[in-house]
Amino acid sequence: MDWQTFTLTLRLAVLVAGVLVLIGLPLAYWIAFSPWRWKFLVEAVVALPIVLPPTVLGFYVLVALGPRGPLGRWWLSLTGHTLAFTFTGLVVGSIIYSLPFAVQPFAASFAGVDRRLLAASATLGASRWRTFFGVILPLSAHGLVTGVALSLAHTMGEFGVVLMVGGNIPGVTRTVSIDIYDKVQAVDYAGANQTALVLLLISFFVLALVYGLNRRGFGFGGAGKAKS
Amino acid sequence: MGVAHSAAGAVSDASVLSLEVTKHFDAGAAFRLDVAFSATPGIAILFGPSGAGKTTLLDCVAGLARPDSGRIAVGEATLFDRARSIDLRPQQRRVGYVFQELALFPHLSVQANVGYGLDGVSRVERERRCGEVLESFRIAHLLSRKPGEISGGERQRVALARALVTDPCVLLLDEPLAALDAAIKSQIVDDLRGWNALHRIPILYVTHSREEVFALGERVIVLDAGLVIADGTPHEVMTAPRQETVAQLAGFENVLEAAVIAAHEDRGTMTCRIVTGKSAIGLELETPLVRAEVGSKLRVGIRAGDILLAIVEPRGLSARNLIPGKIVSLAQRDVIVVARVECGVEFEVHLTLAARDSLRLGVGSEVWLVVKTHSCHLMASGRD
Repeated sequence: MDWQTFTLTLRLAVLVAGVLVLIGLPLAYWIAFSPWRWKFLVEAVVALPIVLPPTVLGFYVLVALGPRGPLGRWWLSLTGHTLAFTFTGLVVGSIIYSLPFAVQPFAASFAGVDRRLLAASATLGASRWRTFFGVILPLSAHGLVTGVALSLAHTMGEFGVVLMVGGNIPGVTRTVSIDIYDKVQAVDYAGANQTALVLLLISFFVLALVYGLNRRGFGFGGAGKAKS
Repeated sequence: MGVAHSAAGAVSDASVLSLEVTKHFDAGAAFRLDVAFSATPGIAILFGPSGAGKTTLLDCVAGLARPDSGRIAVGEATLFDRARSIDLRPQQRRVGYVFQELALFPHLSVQANVGYGLDGVSRVERERRCGEVLESFRIAHLLSRKPGEISGGERQRVALARALVTDPCVLLLDEPLAALDAAIKSQIVDDLRGWNALHRIPILYVTHSREEVFALGERVIVLDAGLVIADGTPHEVMTAPRQETVAQLAGFENVLEAAVIAAHEDRGTMTCRIVTGKSAIGLELETPLVRAEVGSKLRVGIRAGDILLAIVEPRGLSARNLIPGKIVSLAQRDVIVVARVECGVEFEVHLTLAARDSLRLGVGSEVWLVVKTHSCHLMASGRD
């Protein structure tokens, strides 16, 4: 059993989920509450990774990260090496790839919070910042858990983007799904089966945890509707 | 801040709410809110049928809706002035607002709900002020409960306490007691009056219940289709109305917006469909025939005492309107019982104590309302 690919995959997934919380929360807030009429265009862009084949996405990320791409050139001038085929490049690609899996549950649960609660918070003098952390976020707990878990699981299982952006460098960019593919190519079915089974169990465990937690509703009625 | 307001009884210009507001709004047919009045410390009632613009007006005062033009001020402090481009955010207005749906934070305890508006205040001061207001609204024993775990009356008290503890310069109450029975209602009103005697601020109290107007009012402002159509003491306005519309609103406990869907010339009747807010519900009434086009809007007034209640579907009656519903509250007032019955719209029905007891009516009972065609009084709609 090759544990190196597992720790690498886990590290990637946790890092990506963490970054997605940081950029996903403000983005989801904006999507849920902005009155801007062209907002749907941004929503469509965020949702693109759901419908695009990972190879298409991976291809563009690779081009952007390469020495001729804008991001790649900037990174090259900053650090002296390119992003393509590095762990950092993998993180960037995975963030884009998993973005909708974090942002959509966040935004849906924000939008589900009763607007009168937000009005009440404002008339009681609370800043938007305080309303967000004191009212919106606690009442969106189920959406947060779902978003984090989905982006974790989704990043762990990705294949196409990783292959395009990261290649297959042991200890740097070789993730579990690449490893499985490799083993199948080498007709090591027993090894592939072992690895695949572990990934299957981890994914199942994460999802079961999410659905279990959300079923319990965190003790105050899930979607955060005011009882009056 | 608290000290300035607790100088008991001292009425000065500093605490008068003056407002002058116009705003287009869309509730059913688009129409225009256009009101101007001022309110001194004490309770001023905003009375009118649903959709008259009462909640929109409160939202304008609180800063949750923006008027098209006008000015809103409390004493020296200007909250909104279109001409001078002043529009304070809700956070800066010091307006206490108790919403119709209360909007208590479901994830916070009673204590955290009440203390929510005292964020910038020191812990000691916060506990002192919370303790005081919890005491005066008799909810000190509920501190650690969540809103979902207390009764309806207790939730109303918590919502009031939460708004009042911030020491607002004006208080807005949007039908805060509509869902409560009479005994609890009058207790809460007494507590509110007690508080208001110490903290002399204007209170705008929205209701569409005629009963509450008499129970509460020093002054009543009648709003219909966005306009102030009467202003005075409840006695002046409700019992000796100078305006036809007020008389109509005041004379009927049930005033429903309706649209004519068919006229039966041969039978001398019409069929009207009840409309609430934007949508028509599946409730139709047979009313007397008047000269009105099919599709036109009008109002149907039904006196609470003209409605019969039955506990099984009645048969063989001459009355043409049978409406199934469910009792949502029962309250005794002197020798009559006031029942509120949910039938898609809520009806108020008056019956005798004997009738309540012999029919064994209670909250949740399934009932049939019986309304004679000629108990449906047609009036011109407030909306054009």
